[in-house]
Amino acid sequence: MAAPLAELEVTTAPPPPRARRSYTPYLLLLPGLAWLVVFFVVPMVALASQSLQTGDPESGYVQTWHFQTYLDALSQFWPQFVRSIVFAGAATFLTLLLAYPLAYFMAQKAGRWKNFLLVLVIAPFFTSFLIRTLAWQIILTDNGPVAGLARTTHFSDLLQWLQLTSNDSLMNSRFAVIAGLTYNFLPFMILPLYASLERLDHRLVEAAGDLYATPIKTFWRVTWPLSLPGVVGGTLLTFIPAAGDFINSRLLGNTQTVMIGQVIDSEFLRIQDYSTAAALSFMLMLVIVVIVAFYVRRAGTEELV
Amino acid sequence: MRWLRSHLVAIAALAVLAYLLLPNLVVIVFSLNKPRGTYNYKWEQFSTDAWTNPCGTPGICDAVGLSLRIGLIATLVATILGTMVAFAIGRHRFWGRASTNLLIFLPMATPEVVMGSSLLTLFIAMGIAPGTIPILIAHILFCLSFVVVTVKARIASLDPRLEQAAADLFANPFQTFVRVTLPLVAPGIAAGALLAFSLSFDDYIITNFNASPSSITFPMYVWGAAQRGTPVQINVIGTVMFLTALILVAGGQLISNRRARQTV
Amino acid sequence: MTESTSGDLRLTGVTKTYDSFTAVDQLDLVIPRGSFFALLGPSGCGKTTTLRMVAGLDQPTIGQIWIGDRDITNTKAYQRNVNTVFQSYALFPHLSIIDNVSFGLRRRKVENYKAKAMEALELVQLAHIAKKKPGQLSGGMQQRVALARAVVNRPDVLLLDEPLGALDLKLRRQMQIELKQIQSEVGITFVHVTHDQEEAMTMADTIAVMNAGRLEQVGDPATLYEHPTSTFVANFLGQSNLLEATVKGRYGAIAELDVHGVDLRLPVDRLKADTTKLWLGVRPEKLRLVEPGAGDPASLENNRLSGVVTDASFTGLATNYLVRMPWGQELMVVQQNDGMPRAETGAQVNLAWAPEHGFALSGDQDSHAGAQDQADDSGAT
Repeated sequence: MAAPLAELEVTTAPPPPRARRSYTPYLLLLPGLAWLVVFFVVPMVALASQSLQTGDPESGYVQTWHFQTYLDALSQFWPQFVRSIVFAGAATFLTLLLAYPLAYFMAQKAGRWKNFLLVLVIAPFFTSFLIRTLAWQIILTDNGPVAGLARTTHFSDLLQWLQLTSNDSLMNSRFAVIAGLTYNFLPFMILPLYASLERLDHRLVEAAGDLYATPIKTFWRVTWPLSLPGVVGGTLLTFIPAAGDFINSRLLGNTQTVMIGQVIDSEFLRIQDYSTAAALSFMLMLVIVVIVAFYVRRAGTEELV
Repeated sequence: MRWLRSHLVAIAALAVLAYLLLPNLVVIVFSLNKPRGTYNYKWEQFSTDAWTNPCGTPGICDAVGLSLRIGLIATLVATILGTMVAFAIGRHRFWGRASTNLLIFLPMATPEVVMGSSLLTLFIAMGIAPGTIPILIAHILFCLSFVVVTVKARIASLDPRLEQAAADLFANPFQTFVRVTLPLVAPGIAAGALLAFSLSFDDYIITNFNASPSSITFPMYVWGAAQRGTPVQINVIGTVMFLTALILVAGGQLISNRRARQTV
Repeated sequence: MTESTSGDLRLTGVTKTYDSFTAVDQLDLVIPRGSFFALLGPSGCGKTTTLRMVAGLDQPTIGQIWIGDRDITNTKAYQRNVNTVFQSYALFPHLSIIDNVSFGLRRRKVENYKAKAMEALELVQLAHIAKKKPGQLSGGMQQRVALARAVVNRPDVLLLDEPLGALDLKLRRQMQIELKQIQSEVGITFVHVTHDQEEAMTMADTIAVMNAGRLEQVGDPATLYEHPTSTFVANFLGQSNLLEATVKGRYGAIAELDVHGVDLRLPVDRLKADTTKLWLGVRPEKLRLVEPGAGDPASLENNRLSGVVTDASFTGLATNYLVRMPWGQELMVVQQNDGMPRAETGAQVNLAWAPEHGFALSGDQDSHAGAQDQADDSGAT
């Protein structure tokens, strides 16, 4: 069917008007990426390099590839490291436990109230978390109603038995720190979960019921797997900052609850042992990256952002 | 009993919501307190002193002012840079796209102590003294990634055929961008800017690493106050922030609801 | 600004390749100015790709596109005097209807754009919803707004990309008639891309059937239907019975064919000069059921075949039969509900048709090409 006309008039078309290799994306990226490279990548390199130097602020630092710093820092501060990971892990788990019902309720059952609830969840997130954490001091204070309730229900005895509190006080305890961490990162868990659950087609749940699944079975086999992207997103957004946090531990804890973030902070700003501080920072970064990579690999989501 | 079981999820959800809002409630309540000592822990008596005299405590309004200024500038810069990056990633295929995505993600995955301390290390090495400028730089940095992610999500939900339709109707690329793309992406940009501002205003850890005695932001002021004595005005500011956030977010929801009814 | 370039739309040697895949292969097409032209074909045949190249949204790898004597191949979409009605309508959600319709006019800095836009809305009978937003309209109304938005610019060519696909049957039929009326009223060249052969035949003056990136046949609906030149067109447009035949001899104006041992006739001018093997085609509605033994007096020259009815479906308008031939092939027969007695399953029947109702297709083609159950559902075009 190709007409003979084609043989007379066919010419190779000139290159397409808009070249594939356009400069637009690079121009758009340049300022932002430059900022990231200069103020994120370079400092990280500086941090790594600093961790291998010896000296002090007065007499200056020399690059000596002093790996011993790492070993010293680790042997001195490994309890705080472990504690940070444990606290962060506990807080993440608790956050997931608490956030899921709320996110599910908002996504599937709230109907007209959905947006109102969303506002109530987001608004606290925008207010100063320092002030809110201070408020926890008031809430958990020994003479307050919460402490009283815990005593009468013997909840505080349970906590004491779990070694989460010291001398019957809810404040200045492990319990308070974990509770604070959980509280602070709740919105970070709720929002990704909500986003994931909102996209859940309710008809799938109905179909499961139609196929003889009990509510619990339906949850485990249908709802939970489909909400995994949100779970992964939320746990990452919670665990990573929680591991490095020290505000909660400072305001709500005691000398037994010191987290690695506090150590880094004091090494940098009080003791001014920059090398050790840098080494600790870097190790924290590394631990987190390893845990995250492992976790993401297992959970199977490639597109995190 | 049956009622309890069928409404289990609802009850749990509302309990969590209460847990979430309890501290805000406490902040509001205690902003109306008149404490006996320097610490605002125990309820003494009802008083609106702090509300009538919000700047009563020395330094608090300066700190709020500084936080606002830094917040606005950091938001502006981060939003512009972040929107540009979001468009580049979201709209073009280019070499290095995956690595760029990773680079954007990394700051969000970095604990604040690490980011703050690395910046401090850089500034020390460069000989820049701590103060407002380093704080500003740091804020722009960590806000950038969040803006990119927020705007990118909005761009992804944009129907590319709308831009094709605009070109079909004689709009050149610039006109298409201004008249079609930008208005439709605007809500995402606004959300990104709002997020950036709140992250900046609320930041303590990174700011602390890079601050000097002359550059006290509001979170730093609160932290210092926690050691020295918590004036009631802190709760006043906290309440104002909460109410402002409520209004802004509620307003944003109403606008996007109206828009949703108009989307094809 | 683009000068008014009235004239025929011509595609010369237009080819579009993606890596190893050729979507459009050496397309040569002339679309006369002012006509209602349909590009018809199954999913993936390249018709939408062709449309996009005419609109300027894609560039041909090789070849040129002309309007009149102006080569527009290298112009950008926004520089061309061509407008498109998109399959998904693509109305701007943030603009009102009147702003949507006047969008093109304003880019061109046309005076009185508001009045012209209202005129276009009146053409599609939607002047009363000018202030509303697209999200508040039904699918049918959006489709008409999309049409108004394109027509108002009085382009040289108006492209329609399967615009009626999302509408329900009744609305679709109504819109088909309306589109045809609007086209003749406004006089613009319409190029309508569709996979629905009934739609194409209803609306278009000329149809180009495409298959796998190439043109199969171009012509008016009647010619395409009665005189298809390939098995693909014969099967894609309506239905065809294709019988394996060999030429026994030519006697004046009639050619004698042997079909599985049966003698059948065909006008000689349907055959190419040197054909020996061919597919003899006859449409289901041309076959008439006659009782065995009954003679149709005026038709001693009629072709006859006998077989057994294996299926009889009454559709109200007609009865669709499947009649099995001695060699196993089932022929489709459509008998209009004209009061004549209907045959039942299992009955022995004779099929008769006039020789001039047959058509010939070269014997080396695939007799199943274009049949609807072969249609590719991938949705890529």
